[in-house]
Amino acid sequence: MMDIKVVGEGCDKCDRLYENVMQAVDELGVDARIEKVEDLIEMVKLGVMSTPTLMIDGKTEILGQVASTSKIKEIIRQHV
Amino acid sequence: MFDLRFFVYDVAKIVLLLCVLVFSVSYIQSFFPPERSRRIIGGFKGIGANIAAALLGTVTPFCSCSSIPLFIGFTSAGLPVGVTFSFLISSPMVDLGSFVLLISIFGIKTAFFYVLFGLIIAVAGGTAIEKLGMEKYVESFVKSVKPAACDGPELSLRDRLDFAFNQTRDTLKKVFIYILVGVGIGAFIHNSIPRELVEKVLGSGNPFGVVAATLVGVPMYADIFGTVPIAEALLYKGAKLGTVLSFMMAVTTLSLPSLIMLKKVVKNRLLFTFVLICTAGIIAVGYVFNIIQDFIM
Repeated sequence: MMDIKVVGEGCDKCDRLYENVMQAVDELGVDARIEKVEDLIEMVKLGVMSTPTLMIDGKTEILGQVASTSKIKEIIRQHV
Repeated sequence: MFDLRFFVYDVAKIVLLLCVLVFSVSYIQSFFPPERSRRIIGGFKGIGANIAAALLGTVTPFCSCSSIPLFIGFTSAGLPVGVTFSFLISSPMVDLGSFVLLISIFGIKTAFFYVLFGLIIAVAGGTAIEKLGMEKYVESFVKSVKPAACDGPELSLRDRLDFAFNQTRDTLKKVFIYILVGVGIGAFIHNSIPRELVEKVLGSGNPFGVVAATLVGVPMYADIFGTVPIAEALLYKGAKLGTVLSFMMAVTTLSLPSLIMLKKVVKNRLLFTFVLICTAGIIAVGYVFNIIQDFIM
């Protein structure tokens, strides 16, 4: 199962990225566990300071910005 | 009298300037995410690290909302607290965008000295915080974190342009209201405030103009794009250059919301020292600008 993390302390941009990720996963029909990392300390432990950030299977794929659904689909395909 | 044409023209000018500036600056910033800046700064020792932090602060994307993750991220990775503060001072005060903005409004010499003095405050302020032994006033949970290294994905040209476009759109959305308010106040000063009054309070008539302007600016939160029209109008009406610039520096560097956030990770003593050092630095820079005004304008 794919492990997807959306990192960011509950800002508006983080919600937008999370929604786009949900939609991308839904459209591709991949088996994934999507987790929102909102705790500041957890975030820093992952090495992340810019929000929102997208990590797939431990790899940082998007750093500090909202990506479009199509861009996220492209990234997820590389992990399948 | 309220001149609508002047208002619309000024708003359009600043919005256009903002779009061009933020887009090109964001493109450069996409090469320096804080995760990478942290690693670069970590390669320097002593005051070299403070200088690196102050310089990278000018090109790392920053908003007051990211100052806390950044503070925890830097400190927990083992960077000295003074180095982190050099970064936190320079980042809002002298970013690349404000440099170009200052050139277009006040000319290259003023912009150059603004950036130079800003960097000096950042390096000296950070060093002072270090030398005063402020390390122990960082909340203890900050240091217990063990951060992973994270460099971010490789970005293509297309990714960087996307990033720059998104940054421009988000910045415009966020600061548009400050531009409206700023231009509004600027227009009001232009039309309704008598020159004699400005000269008396913020001009050569008042030796404490710099101090007053700084103290008024410290708790305020605004974007540099919003403060520029006010600064421009005040200067035109006879305010001294240093007085106006110290107001701008105070507004952008320190604000009540950012101090409330910082309070979560540092103890009062360090917070107070930080505010004191920045305020003193900004006041000093204001007086220096007032002295050299005739040579650089």
